Amino acid sequence: MKQKRLFGLLGVLLAFALVAAACGDDDGDGGAIADCEVNETDGNLNIYNWAEYIDEEQLTSFSEQFGVSVTMDVYDSNEAMQPIVAAGNSGYDLIVPSDYMVAILIAGETVQPLNKDAIPNIANISGDFRNLIYDPAGDYSVPYQWGTTGIAVDTAALGADFPRSWGLIFDPAIADEHSGSISLLNDPRETIGAALKYLGYSLNSTDEGELQEATDLVASARGRLAAFNTDSADEFLTTGETVIAHGYSGDMFTQFLETDDPSRYEYFVPDEGGTRWIDNMAIPFDAGSPCTAHTFINWLLTAEQGAALSNWNYYSTPNAAAFGGLDEDLQDFLSTPGVAPVEILEEIQDTGDFEVKFSDAFIEAKG
Amino acid sequence: MSSTVQPRGTTKIALTAHSWLVYLFFFAPIFVLIVFSFSDDRNVGRWGGFTLEWYQDFVEHSQLQGAVWVSVRVALLSTVISVVLGTLAALALERFKFKGRKVFDALLYLPIIIPDVTMAVMMLLFFAEFFEILDSVFGWDVQKGLGSIAISHIAFNISFVSVVVRARLAGMSEVLEEAALDLYASRWKTFRYVTFPQIVPGVAGGALLALTLSLDDVVITQFAAGPGATTLPVFVFGLIRRGVTPLINATSVLMLAASVFLVALSLAFQQFSGRGGRPSLRAARQAMSAKPNTNTQPKEGINQ
Repeated sequence: MKQKRLFGLLGVLLAFALVAAACGDDDGDGGAIADCEVNETDGNLNIYNWAEYIDEEQLTSFSEQFGVSVTMDVYDSNEAMQPIVAAGNSGYDLIVPSDYMVAILIAGETVQPLNKDAIPNIANISGDFRNLIYDPAGDYSVPYQWGTTGIAVDTAALGADFPRSWGLIFDPAIADEHSGSISLLNDPRETIGAALKYLGYSLNSTDEGELQEATDLVASARGRLAAFNTDSADEFLTTGETVIAHGYSGDMFTQFLETDDPSRYEYFVPDEGGTRWIDNMAIPFDAGSPCTAHTFINWLLTAEQGAALSNWNYYSTPNAAAFGGLDEDLQDFLSTPGVAPVEILEEIQDTGDFEVKFSDAFIEAKG
Repeated sequence: MSSTVQPRGTTKIALTAHSWLVYLFFFAPIFVLIVFSFSDDRNVGRWGGFTLEWYQDFVEHSQLQGAVWVSVRVALLSTVISVVLGTLAALALERFKFKGRKVFDALLYLPIIIPDVTMAVMMLLFFAEFFEILDSVFGWDVQKGLGSIAISHIAFNISFVSVVVRARLAGMSEVLEEAALDLYASRWKTFRYVTFPQIVPGVAGGALLALTLSLDDVVITQFAAGPGATTLPVFVFGLIRRGVTPLINATSVLMLAASVFLVALSLAFQQFSGRGGRPSLRAARQAMSAKPNTNTQPKEGINQ
C-alpha cells in the first residue's frame, strides 16, 4: 500500500516537472524576427488556408521552383483556425486569417513579426492596403486577397435607374416595391453593419443607442425579406428568387458569370459605404519553416503569381503589379465604379466584449 | 414477434399514413440530395439536366481524393484498436470485480457524455503540450497528423464499443463460461471458443459504430489534425464556405452509399452468426475436444 502511494506521488511529481518544462519553453521563440535571406528555404511548407483559395498547381510550381514540398490543409472559419494555431505545435508555417482575426492573433502573440527584408515584393502591394487598422505598419501580415460587401441587383427588375443606396433594402418608399424579393446576409456584423452605414454610423460602432436604431431598422425590413442567407444569396439572385441581394463582391461576380447574360446583374457598394474584408498571410509563432514561409509570401507577391492567384479564385488582388495580368472580365469588374470605392469602405474590427451585443441585436432583429 | 391484435379500419389507415409520413420525413431530404447530385447546374436546387460530371469531378479532385484516403486510414486504424481495447474493457467490467471498477465504469462513459467541442479542445491542448514535452525531454520532434486524429478517435470510440459489447455480455449467462472452465478449458480457450462466438455480433456492431463515428466526425478531428491530414468531412465543410455545388451532393451520396454498405454488411453478418445461433454448447464441447494433447488432467477432476 505504501509503495503504491509512493509511486502515485512520483507520478504526480513527474507530471508537474514535465508540464513546467513544457511551459518554460513557450516564451522562448515569440516576438523574435526570423533571420532569413530572400528566397531562403529552411524546410517544407505547411499551409493552413481556406478551401478553394489557391490552385494546387500553383503550389506545385512553388514546390518545383524551390525544391521543397508543400502541404495544404483547409479550415472553414477564422474561429476554427485561431485556437488550433494558438495552442502551439499546429505544424503550420503559413496561415490566412481575415482582417479582424489578424488583430486578435497579434494581441495573442500567435503570429510572429515578419522579416520585411526577406519580402522585397511587399513594394507591389497597392497603396490602398497600407496603414490598415488591424496591423498599421504591416509588421505581422501581408494582404492575400480582398473584396467588399454591398448590394447586387437584377436590372431586369429594377431597370438601370435606381438609387445606389442601402435604401434599396431599408427605405420602405423604395424597397416595398420589391417586397419578398430581397435578401440580407445571415451575419450579425455584416447585416447590422449595413443598417449602421445606412443610418450614417460606423459599422464598428460600440454605441448602444446606435446599435438599437440599427436593430430596429433591420427588424422593420424583415417583412420585405425573402431570407436571411449567406451561402446562397448569389444563387437566389440569379435564379430569380430575389432581385436585391446583400452579398460579397467575389461571390456575386462569379455567380453573374455563371449566367447566360452577366450584364443583367450589377454589384455595387452603396454610397453610404460598405465593408471591405481583407484576408492576409501570416506566420504562426512556432512555424517550423519560417524562411520558406517568407519566401512563399515574397513569391506570391510577384506580378505573375499574384495574377495567377486571382485568375483562379476570382477574388480581387491587393497586388498592384498583378492587376495588368488579371483576366479581362475580372479587370473590368474591379474597375467598375462602385465595386471598390476605397474611400467609403470600412473593415470590420473586433469589438471585444461588444461582439455579443451585435449577436444579440441580430437575433432580436431577426425576430 | 408481431402483435396479436391487428389494427383495423380507420386506425389502420391512420397508422399507415403516419408511417409513410415518417418515412417521407426521413428519406425526402436524402432523395433530393441524390437527385441533385446528377443535376447539370452549378446551383443546387435548380435542375439542369442529367449529368455524371460531378462524380467525375469527385474522382478528379485531388484534394478530395486525398481527404478520402486520410478518412479511410484513420477510420480503419482507430476502429481496429478501439474494438480490441473496448472489448477488453467490456469484459473486465462485466466479468470481474476489482477495486476502482465503479470509477472506471463512470470514466468510460465520459467521452459519450461530454460535448464534442470540449473533447476537441481537450485533444488540442493535450497534443500541443504532450508533443512539447516529447520534444523538450526526449528531443523527439513529433507533429500532429494522421496519428493524432486516430488517437483522438480511439479515445471516444473505446467507450462506444465497450457499451455495445457490454450490452451483449450482460444478456449472456455466465453458466457456459463456468462450464467450460469446469471442464478444464483454459481462460483463453474459454474466451476463444465460448465467450467470443457469443459476443461477435456485439463486437461487429461496435466496430461498425466506431467506423461510422470516425468517418463522420468533424469537430474533434479538426482540432486533432495536423499538416497533411484533412479528413473528408472536414474538407467538405471547408468547401461549403465557397457555396454548395452538386459536387458536395455527389460526395455526400458516395459517403451515404458507403454507410449503407457498412450497415448492410453488419446486418448480413449478424444474420450469418445468428444462423449458427446458440453455438455456445457446441463451442464448449469443441473447446474441450480441440485440445486433447494440452489437457492432460487426471480424469477424476472432471467429475467434481
